[in-house]
Amino acid sequence: MYDFSKMTGAIHEWLSSLMPSILVTTIEWVLIGVVFLALFAILGLVLVILERKIAGFFQFRLGPNRVGPYGMFQTVADTVKLLLKELVSTNKVDKFLYNVAPFFVIIAPLMIMAVIPYGFGLTAYDINVGLLFVMAVSSIGVVGILLAGWSSNNKYSLIGAMRSGAVIISYELSMGLSALLAIVLLAGSLNLNDIVMSQQAGWWLFRGHIPAIIAFVIYIITGTAETNRVPFDLTEAESELGAGYHAEYSGIKFAFFFLSEFVNMFIISALAVTIFLGGWLPFHIPGWEGFNNSMNYIPGPVWFFLKTGVIIFLLMWFRWTFPRLRIDQILTLEWKYLLPISLLNLVLMAFVVMMGWVF
Amino acid sequence: MGSEALVLFFLTGAFFIGIAISIAALFAPRSSNPQKYEPWECGMEVFGDARIQFKVGYYLFAIIYLIFDVEIVFLVPWAVVMKKVGTVAFVEALIFLIILGLGLIYAWKKRALKWE
Repeated sequence: MYDFSKMTGAIHEWLSSLMPSILVTTIEWVLIGVVFLALFAILGLVLVILERKIAGFFQFRLGPNRVGPYGMFQTVADTVKLLLKELVSTNKVDKFLYNVAPFFVIIAPLMIMAVIPYGFGLTAYDINVGLLFVMAVSSIGVVGILLAGWSSNNKYSLIGAMRSGAVIISYELSMGLSALLAIVLLAGSLNLNDIVMSQQAGWWLFRGHIPAIIAFVIYIITGTAETNRVPFDLTEAESELGAGYHAEYSGIKFAFFFLSEFVNMFIISALAVTIFLGGWLPFHIPGWEGFNNSMNYIPGPVWFFLKTGVIIFLLMWFRWTFPRLRIDQILTLEWKYLLPISLLNLVLMAFVVMMGWVF
Repeated sequence: MGSEALVLFFLTGAFFIGIAISIAALFAPRSSNPQKYEPWECGMEVFGDARIQFKVGYYLFAIIYLIFDVEIVFLVPWAVVMKKVGTVAFVEALIFLIILGLGLIYAWKKRALKWE
């Protein structure tokens, strides 16, 4: 395992030897900001083209194939187009809240990306209450959606935003209770780096018995709902609401909402990888020494993004598999099925941990 | 990084939005006509205001959510120390969860979870 904190430490040492500390701090802040903005933008671009290509794959068509090789630069062209579009807003909007809403939906995912461990020692903000921080900040994104829907003064936007609020807050319960707390019980820490390190003997999905598998399934279901993806996408159900909460946004302001949806999908997948699938740890099979050693040569960040890609593919697969649910069906699923199951699962997991039945 | 990272990421996000919007404001074309500034409603003429009384069911779910969310916050420290404390912690959390489960059953029986 290569410790990336050595690399960042070396850069810090080198900069400190050249210039005064105030300048070093400024340069480091700018560097980190630029790196994360680049990651944010690239994730958005890559995930959109991936989504469209996978949609094409599932429907026996090619998907975008005109701009660049295999249409790979389609989203770049789209971004430039959106950037150069006029910003139209209606005369009935609440100006302040209408303009503030994109800040919420962009800054919340960006802050969560800061605490995710991408590799050994590769975390921007190594906080000891990482999982609680993620749960807290991810709820702030909902505020942006509600503000956007309400301030637009458009009936479709308002309905979409209210549905989104109801769905996201409801599914947050199961996500927090079952998925996240179950793994905190096993790992005994809220720090995401510690949770990854606690999986060196094996990923929690495999080591945590049946409760961990139930927790993983519930996490994937709730994650799909949290990102407003298809079986739960009545927030922006095209056939009934047009575009939902961002109907009145145009040009680059619309792109912010679009971008944040895809980055949220990445965050949900990255968190699933971090807590269930061993984060950046390589895939090991107990007893196969040669195989394990060869797996160790693949760097951590590669493993992290590979696993995240698998979960993202799963979420995109759902989109072309399940029909959309109604709002009453969604809330029934959460409150009458997932929440009781989560409560029982938590007790079961606590019992397993108390008896020390972990592999 | 320490907690100044929060400031940094807040500034980064704000900077990103500011730059993008100012590029759009500089280069985007502008035109205006009175219909353009009407709220969008399937091409029909807009009638009434969107901010009317809304279905109370949404608020009901939000209130129940609040109780369970606070419960999760209570359970987080328990989950961290569960391994070390052992049986005592398990029994206490069991009592706590049973009371909350009873609360859920009460809300269920009162038909607060029914969408109508």
